[in-house]
Amino acid sequence: MISRRDFLQVSMAASAMVGASGFGNWARLAAQQALTQDQLLEFDTFGNVSLIHVTDIHAQLKPIYFREPEINIGVGGNKGAVPHVTGAEFRKLYGIEDNSPSAYALSYNDFSALGKAYGKVGGLDRVATVINSIRAARPDALLLDGGDTWHGSYTCYHTAGQDMVNVMNALKPDAMTFHWEFTLGSERVREVVADLPFAALGANIYDAEWDEPAEDFAPYKFFERGGVKIAVIGQAFPYMPIANPGWMFPEYSFGIRTERMQEVVDEVRGMGAELVVLLSHNGFDVDKKMASLVSGIDVVLSGHTHDALPEPVLVGETIIIASGSNGKFVSRVDLDVRDGRMMGFRHKLIPIFSDVIEPDKEVSALINEQRAPYEEAMGEVIGQTDSLLYRRGNFNGTWDDLICDALLSEREADIAMSPGVRWGPSLLPGDNITREDIWNATSMTYGKAYRSEMTGEFIHTIMEDVADNIFNPDPYYQQGGDMVRMGGLGYRIDITKPQGERISELTLLKTGEKLDPAKNYVVAGWASVNEGTEGPQIWDVVEDHIRKQGTVTVAPNTSVEVIGA
Amino acid sequence: MNLTRRDALALGLGATAAALLPLSATAAAEDAIAAFTGGAEAGAGDLTLTAPEIAENGNTVPITVNAPGATAIAVFATGNPTPEVVVFNFGPLAGSQAASTRIRLAGTQDVVAVAKMADGSFVQTSATVKVTIGGCGG
Repeated sequence: MISRRDFLQVSMAASAMVGASGFGNWARLAAQQALTQDQLLEFDTFGNVSLIHVTDIHAQLKPIYFREPEINIGVGGNKGAVPHVTGAEFRKLYGIEDNSPSAYALSYNDFSALGKAYGKVGGLDRVATVINSIRAARPDALLLDGGDTWHGSYTCYHTAGQDMVNVMNALKPDAMTFHWEFTLGSERVREVVADLPFAALGANIYDAEWDEPAEDFAPYKFFERGGVKIAVIGQAFPYMPIANPGWMFPEYSFGIRTERMQEVVDEVRGMGAELVVLLSHNGFDVDKKMASLVSGIDVVLSGHTHDALPEPVLVGETIIIASGSNGKFVSRVDLDVRDGRMMGFRHKLIPIFSDVIEPDKEVSALINEQRAPYEEAMGEVIGQTDSLLYRRGNFNGTWDDLICDALLSEREADIAMSPGVRWGPSLLPGDNITREDIWNATSMTYGKAYRSEMTGEFIHTIMEDVADNIFNPDPYYQQGGDMVRMGGLGYRIDITKPQGERISELTLLKTGEKLDPAKNYVVAGWASVNEGTEGPQIWDVVEDHIRKQGTVTVAPNTSVEVIGA
Repeated sequence: MNLTRRDALALGLGATAAALLPLSATAAAEDAIAAFTGGAEAGAGDLTLTAPEIAENGNTVPITVNAPGATAIAVFATGNPTPEVVVFNFGPLAGSQAASTRIRLAGTQDVVAVAKMADGSFVQTSATVKVTIGGCGG
């Protein structure tokens, strides 16, 4: 890992670049216990170019709670490296005081108490205020959206992403790349992209039939800002047809395509680009590897794995910026570009404390307009929670356990499976659970809850397969999600082992018996990538379950034993 | 995740088989490579094999081989029941010594390319292609 001090030294040694992060500012605010909008936005404008990065908003128009992961294990060369540092170690690494606003924003401890003290985060009307403030200082700042924008809420589902398109358009982005957007179906994606008032980028979006770059998405776009020729290259999520239903976008192929990225970088450099920015949905560890293999990228704006880092990570002469998820953060990166190269940077990860940052009135009104037709339906209170409900982390979160419990009881199954996605806001103990909250944790275009029989051996095979998508030591073989959440089944996982040997001690919790490889079990789950999956929608299953419970209590999950972390 | 019953079972067989296969070349693959090289040692050299890290569809995996100056390039799927996939021969008038095709892979395995150079020497490279039943993206 590059420590804070090493980081500055490395950057100096590598390229005589001057690097600075605004993080120190809001760490100090913690001591003062007084957070103001001016302090959050304080920034000495630097150099001649400003980049604004938002990513993985997952259709969260309104402020939410979002608990960062407790368990986020790095493997191979990334063991112990950011973003695989959490909680107290993370705070120590960045000099964050316990119980401070930064501790609340960036780590998981005491989340329920700190959430009540510091309030919700995000809200695109607050994000708009931050963007406007940066543009006031630097009118030609580039706003770049890393994707996973048109997915993840009740209104987004019912408008096929139009609510997000309308609100994002008001923020005036300059370019965007993609992931979950494609689960709207390729026809809908093309329909939206055709009218998009900014660039839709993806150098790795290929025509599946001809294995050539798809014509519907440009690989890059040039901008001239502060007298600098800037090329912004897009990289969509590489494993879309594997992690999501490929039948929804059969015309397209993706992949990491390192060689292609080098070709595109060489092409834009050949065309005179003085600054090359990669707007990426690779995920953080994949971006690190790609930055080490491809030469000529100055800045990677990294998305997909939902990491929020208060300082850039340096790979060679490339800086990698991670800007969190769900509208919780905005990154500002000021760059000094002279004589055709990046000479220095100043960076700040701006946490969107919704009670501190004034909402932009126009964008507030626009958000309310999108929500108005659905307010009554999605505002209905279904139940309450006694427990903190969260998802993010390598293994079962409490939201997942609640969903698995719903599947087990409503679908009368032995075992439940819930996908290890990283989206889904949190709820605090004592909160109402509204229909909107349930949709925030479950909304998708392939949400039908299947019920089928599987052998113990096949269940094991699935778990080994998913585990390798997370814990393969080579990031290029990782898909950037978390482990599949199992309900009714306990297991042990040794993350240091190869595929096929990681998972053991599979135990059917209702009987305490070991899973029999030859026996059939009834499995209920959701988010199958197969076409024609049948069953009720997962949000209806979860709603029925919560309604019966009235107040839900989710006990800490003790059925997953992790070895080798 | 792929979880309807029929597809899941079909894929499950492939995945289970894949899990049992070693990543290194099987004896059959080693024999096939030796047959192409005539037993000569193949070193590293100017040969690139481009393949996806994770196949979007194991039944049709796009690959490209490129070896400037080669007279032939052979491709082996070391984990397939029949490892020999294809041999591209390049005549003296060939404008380049590169070729693309799609291959079928029985499961996660190393794909090996071996090029025969004009001087009769051999160079070799490989790429691991993972065939997965799918994960759950963030």
